Amino acid sequence: MSPDLNVVAAAPTTPIGRLAAWLRRGAVQTILIVVALFWLIPGIGLLITSFRPLEAVAGSGWWTTVASPGDLTVQNYANLVGDQTLIEAVINTFFIAVPSTVIPILLAAAAGYALAWIEFRGRDAVFLLVVAMLVVPLQMALIPAFKLFRSMGLGGLSSVWLFHTAFGLPFAIFLMRNYYAGLPSSLMETARIDGANEWKIFLRIVLPLGFPAIASLAIFQFTWTWNDLLVALIFAGDRAPLMVWISQRLGQFGSGIDVITAGVFISALVPLAIFFAFQKYFEVGLLGGAVK
Amino acid sequence: MGRRRWLVAILFLAPALFVLGALVVYPALDTVRLSFYDRLGREFVGLANYREMFGLDRMRTAIRNSFIWVAVFPMCVTTIGLVLAVLSEKVKWRSAFRVILFMPAAIAVLSSGIIWRFMYDASPDTGLINAFLNIPAAVFSPEGSYPGAAASYDGLTQAAPGEAVSQMVDVGSDGAVALLGLLRLTDAQLPESAVEAVQPEAGGPGVLTGVVWRDTAPGDNVRGIVDPTERGIPDIPVDIIDSGGVTVTEVVSGRDGSFQVSGLDPGKYTVEIPSSTFRESWRGITWLGKDLITMSAIVAGIWIWAGFALLVIASGLASLPRDVLEAARVDGAGDWQVFRRVTVPLLKPVLTVVFVALTINALKMFDLIIGIAPGSVQVDANVIALEMWRSAFTGGGNRGLGAAIAVFLLLLILPVLVFNIRRFRLEQN
Repeated sequence: MSPDLNVVAAAPTTPIGRLAAWLRRGAVQTILIVVALFWLIPGIGLLITSFRPLEAVAGSGWWTTVASPGDLTVQNYANLVGDQTLIEAVINTFFIAVPSTVIPILLAAAAGYALAWIEFRGRDAVFLLVVAMLVVPLQMALIPAFKLFRSMGLGGLSSVWLFHTAFGLPFAIFLMRNYYAGLPSSLMETARIDGANEWKIFLRIVLPLGFPAIASLAIFQFTWTWNDLLVALIFAGDRAPLMVWISQRLGQFGSGIDVITAGVFISALVPLAIFFAFQKYFEVGLLGGAVK
Repeated sequence: MGRRRWLVAILFLAPALFVLGALVVYPALDTVRLSFYDRLGREFVGLANYREMFGLDRMRTAIRNSFIWVAVFPMCVTTIGLVLAVLSEKVKWRSAFRVILFMPAAIAVLSSGIIWRFMYDASPDTGLINAFLNIPAAVFSPEGSYPGAAASYDGLTQAAPGEAVSQMVDVGSDGAVALLGLLRLTDAQLPESAVEAVQPEAGGPGVLTGVVWRDTAPGDNVRGIVDPTERGIPDIPVDIIDSGGVTVTEVVSGRDGSFQVSGLDPGKYTVEIPSSTFRESWRGITWLGKDLITMSAIVAGIWIWAGFALLVIASGLASLPRDVLEAARVDGAGDWQVFRRVTVPLLKPVLTVVFVALTINALKMFDLIIGIAPGSVQVDANVIALEMWRSAFTGGGNRGLGAAIAVFLLLLILPVLVFNIRRFRLEQN
């Protein structure tokens, strides 16, 4: 196909053809702008609501604030800064999300290497088992895991870490193994000929080269565990993170709107910051996550 | 060498496999076992939990809703993602557009549910969606001056609250009298100019006299008669309609609520205050009521996950062979034809992956329902994954029932599991 032909086909030369093309482009732009607004407005609405006094929220919509921006107040946030339960929830969320991200990635990085570059009998079977576990709903493990943790005397943070690790692992192993499998085999072969053992190859070559996959995975898993409600509801006990804190206040929806709106935005700050800072990695993790 | 390599592999795999075995495989098998045991996991009860599961109203609602989710949600999100991926290819700000659509996926699903609970607020004053829908109503059928006011006695006709109030009169040689008494309006609603009403008297041949008044006074009073201290309602439009349904004339009540029409031909007339006076403002759609809640939640779900579908499909689109698309275009195919006959078939593997991922998501829906449905509607918005948690971990905590629901959920997801394994078997071979 010669490029000249494409240009001719893409750019109509008659005035009517040009007008039609221009109108069509305008229609696409308009549709996408409307769609983008539809996606932005709900979040903006809650953000503005979180800066409005409770009496105003009950009587009028947040969009009326555009007419009288003087009504906005930071009181809702000021109230929360002094709320010990919220501060504890923020701390708990960090203490849940960081280990729940680090532990499965460490385990998956090692397991992924074995599945990608060490040839052993039963390798395919192990990998298929991991693939099968990708879609096993975590509901299948909640009740026995709850009993198990209790019988072992584990509670709060450690039980949440372990559960997140277990259900983060299949995807983590899957992603790491596929990434490692894409590395050039000559690297491993040269190192083996040079007498390096598997542990050294893993530490010196594979782990550093796998950084992009680890970064994507870390961002994916951190956001997932930060935003999780179900696992925390069941296992966190008195170390309740932000999502549990918010869900408890939902019971009093109506009286606690000011607290809930501000809490939602405080809890969204960290994932949004990560999203904007590491957007590329975020997307890679998500594209891999399409199988989940 | 072979054995040593095997040992090394095991060392690399051991930590991960141990955790998977202890916290995924063993618990999953134990859940299957528990589903045949009683609520405390002590006594074997056979299929009792499964029978109970399908008999519970809560669970029936949950199954119905989950099926609606599965039927509607993946299809909508995949279609929207596909259309937006193709459209956004055509604009320069495509990456900004994709970031905007993807933002909801970064924040917690629970928070998104709460965000939409505000959007769906039933009152047009505080809920944006109802406020938006209220715009045409506010322009074309605005609230009347006495919304909700009603006819005060049986001699008057009013089809329903908010409708017109009318009285049949017979204009004869003495003329006729119309008494339009109203209830359900407060004294404070009357303007300052309103003065006490007077019982009208017949005005002679061809004359209709009447009064519109607030037919209620403290203490003794009789409905349908103007009692002392009862005030007239000024500025009310009154239509005089003949027996043929033609509006003969329109008058407006005075400060004491009185009105008068003369020169009428003898015959029957309907004296009517039109509904515009009584029309109430629109109350808004209860999006979060028990009938609409699942549909409303699905729309919120689309808002959350469309960015994911868009992103995956757009990356699939970027990897399509350009020359095939261009060849189709050069052959004279229009945009729509290229989309239908070339783009969609080529994207089918990607679309399948997205669709399957969304189906699993629909079945595992949990936090969105907690966030979006008000407490009183939680029962009506119930889904399987949510009911599993409720049965097993809230209230009494029925482990057997919870386990049975979990197994049911797994069975629904099982086809996907088999599909995935087949796919990777093929890839490996």
